Amino acid sequence: MLTRLAYRSFQSLLVTFCLLITVFATDLRAQDDLRAMVDALGEGSFAKTVEQVEALARTGDPKIVPALEALAAGDLYQRNSDKQVFLTRTAGGTLTLVDPLTGEEVGTEAASALTKIRVNNSLRRAVRTALGGLTLMSPDAGVRLQAAQTMLRSPSADALEQVETALAAETNANVKPVLERARAAALLVSDRPDDEKKAAVAVIGNAGGQDALSLLSAALASADDNLRPDIEAAISSIKERQALWSVGQNVWYGLSLGSVLLLAAIGLAITFGVMGIINMAHGEMVMLGAYTTFVVQEVIRTSFPGLFDWSLAIALPLAFLVTGAVGLAIERGVIRFLYGRPLETLLATWGISLILQQAVRSIFGPTNREVGNPSWMSGAFELGGLTVTWNRLWIIVFALAVFTALLFLLKKTPMGLQMRAVTQNRRMASSMGIRTPWVDALTFALGSGIAGIAGVALSQIDNVSPNLGQGYIIDSFMVVVFGGVGNLWGTLVGAFTLGILNKFLEPYAGAVLGKILVLVLIILFIQKRPRGLFALKGRAVEA
Amino acid sequence: MTIKARLTGAFLAAVLSTTALNGAFAADDTIKVGILHSLSGTMAISETTLKDAMLMLIEEQNKKGGLLGKKLEAVVVDPASDWPLFAEKARELVSVDKVSAVFGCWTSVSRKSVLPVFEETNSILFYPVQYEGEESQRNVFYTGAAPNQQAIPAVDYLMENEGVERWVLAGTDYVYPRTTNKILEAYLIAKGVAPEDIMINYTPFGHSDWQTIVSDIKGFGAAGKKTAVVSTINGDANVPFYKELGNQGVKAEDIPVVAFSVGEEELAGLDTAPLVGHLAAWNYFQSVDNPANAEFIKTWKAYTKNDKRVTNDPMEAHYIGFNMWLKAVEKAGTTDTDAVLDAMIGVSVPNLSGGYSTMMPNHHITKPVLIGEIQADGQFETVWETPGLVVGDEWSDYLADSKDLISDWRAPMSCGNFNVATGKCGGKGS
Repeated sequence: MLTRLAYRSFQSLLVTFCLLITVFATDLRAQDDLRAMVDALGEGSFAKTVEQVEALARTGDPKIVPALEALAAGDLYQRNSDKQVFLTRTAGGTLTLVDPLTGEEVGTEAASALTKIRVNNSLRRAVRTALGGLTLMSPDAGVRLQAAQTMLRSPSADALEQVETALAAETNANVKPVLERARAAALLVSDRPDDEKKAAVAVIGNAGGQDALSLLSAALASADDNLRPDIEAAISSIKERQALWSVGQNVWYGLSLGSVLLLAAIGLAITFGVMGIINMAHGEMVMLGAYTTFVVQEVIRTSFPGLFDWSLAIALPLAFLVTGAVGLAIERGVIRFLYGRPLETLLATWGISLILQQAVRSIFGPTNREVGNPSWMSGAFELGGLTVTWNRLWIIVFALAVFTALLFLLKKTPMGLQMRAVTQNRRMASSMGIRTPWVDALTFALGSGIAGIAGVALSQIDNVSPNLGQGYIIDSFMVVVFGGVGNLWGTLVGAFTLGILNKFLEPYAGAVLGKILVLVLIILFIQKRPRGLFALKGRAVEA
Repeated sequence: MTIKARLTGAFLAAVLSTTALNGAFAADDTIKVGILHSLSGTMAISETTLKDAMLMLIEEQNKKGGLLGKKLEAVVVDPASDWPLFAEKARELVSVDKVSAVFGCWTSVSRKSVLPVFEETNSILFYPVQYEGEESQRNVFYTGAAPNQQAIPAVDYLMENEGVERWVLAGTDYVYPRTTNKILEAYLIAKGVAPEDIMINYTPFGHSDWQTIVSDIKGFGAAGKKTAVVSTINGDANVPFYKELGNQGVKAEDIPVVAFSVGEEELAGLDTAPLVGHLAAWNYFQSVDNPANAEFIKTWKAYTKNDKRVTNDPMEAHYIGFNMWLKAVEKAGTTDTDAVLDAMIGVSVPNLSGGYSTMMPNHHITKPVLIGEIQADGQFETVWETPGLVVGDEWSDYLADSKDLISDWRAPMSCGNFNVATGKCGGKGS
């Protein structure tokens, strides 16, 4: 009895054990197969590798996701000795090898013992689509959303069922509409019946935007007569909506260009507008501000990498101090001897601008310097039909903030009062006990300092090279003259008017002709109103 | 007052250093080599590097014993990105300093302005930059790429490997982009691309506000056909252009941009992570893996004492041109212009991409064409190259008024624009 029981339990144990072994073995074999497929990524041409990626995608095994991600990022290497493929992490001169499927570290190799698996655009596209398919069911909603967007951008009939399964299981309100569009996009390229396709056209048409236009135009090329009118109607309705949005887009671009002009010109509005100095070295102050940003970022990169997102905030006061000090030195050293002699001031400041450029060229070299965008200034977001890039948005905000601060300084502080007093009636101000030479020096330093902080902002969108300033000097003078010399509000309105005008002309006339037209319009305008938009009135002007 | 004194000091120092550069060590037992690159002004950004590269090559050659038993001596002048000044400085190099050959110029307009000087004084210029073609001069050797060594293979690559059907030709508004785009447009139409699938766009030098154009490109690319941008945008304008592309999310997988004026040097001022996969077509990349290039990069980094300095295609062109000149002078046994001009044709020297480049009778050289994709580390990775060397074609076969012209500077013909249709020397250009 006892033996029989023991025998039976032994039997069941044996069966379980055998079962376990089979399961384990099949799992192992699957693992081996996958491993072989991953290893095959290292062989052959780009076209071969694309086929391999597609084959991997067909397994539907989420274990290959890290390997594919590494392939796209260029971190997948083949070991020369045994042709095995590994994920790698750089550690000094050697590479740490990581198993692509299990994620375990397997050892280290010298970089020369490995060959990088090269990627090109078609391979990257294949990886993107494969990853999209594999991550559609990911537990993370953000990953699912990205996967759905990928499927929407590169629709394929093969993936239709996959998308439909994902759609049925989807509960997240953000991901669902994107998946619905992805399903519609895949449906359009499949061989489903026309009435389903009509519904799909409606789904995509309602979504609107450039992606939808692209999908529908592609579908139109292969559509039959039954479907054609639907697609055409959807395309024309999208185009109508886009035409409306494009006006908004132009205004936005204009505001953004205007804010750059405002930043570049606002310092000049003080040195040229308020003080009347034709300051050709203004652009170089902007450049010095940009180089200050570069130096700050360089120090942060080498010593305090964690602070990188704060680099601009740190650079702002420093740029103000550096350029302000240079401005002070220029005023005390050169300009104060030349008051009342505009031609000589022009020549002297132009000479200073050349000296500053060449000095920067000698110190930092003639090539461009890399100033990085902090993470909060990178990328873009969609606002209806508008694409708004973060760096442009922040520059508009920043330009307005600088303008407000300057206005406050001039109108509400004792220093501002003295500045205005000196520029309006120097002798009277002097009689009231104001030390006019110092006010001159400080005003010039203020204008230069503001140009410096403009340089911090411009380093985010333009080259940081010794020539940076030259590109802005003409535009700055144009804004100040157009807006009205000596009037800050004029500079503000002038900058935004020129920005928007430029951006409305550009789509029709092209960038080159647009710029010429703006210049001609300004010349005509100055003929009519020699003192600009907002002319100063009163006795000070006549003097 | 102290500031004034200091300024005067700085000025004196500047004057002194230029005189030193101008060849204060003149001696009779040297062969002089002129270097005509802008060291100030807008083009200094690109040309200063070439000046340094030339000085390095000359120094290396002197270590090997110079040329014809004499030391080489560099004479550096600064034409300051000012086109008429190029002609003046060229004349100074040839007539006052009596240099045996000049290496220099970058922009086409600077080359055009010095052509009459080299013709009149019968001296030699080596021009190291890719250019628009449509020129072949007796006194000039073109070591950069002609359009068929850069632009046309790049377009072929995109058409065949990426299936591109819609094209944006974007360029800076001057002679090189305009002529190149004219050739490309004719080529694309000959290949069966519909005119409405080609968008041409020009921008001023140093253009910095690319919002409208990038969004136009996105719009143009939303027509359901694969779209690519062919960029002849020059120098400084590239950084804001690529920044805007990155920010507006134009990915290389969707709309690739292939550039003809963006090399390692231009990328040094950029965070290239958002740009991975955008392309450039050149005849050399720093990443090309072979012993000659590794040696060149090592020497360059040691010479500039900067581990981060990059090499680029025009530097390789100077490397080839300089070595060709050395070989030709040795062959001729003299630096006399006419003898060297004759000896130059057929001279073959190693290039840095692992092969040999030969000077052809049309004064252009043979080169491989490489297509590279931008990597996150600011380098290019070659994704395609021509199977063999490509001979520079000075007169484009795709333009109506130059397709019958050929150039051959060997003895019986000796003509830069021989018209095969009429059988006469002369026609368009000079």
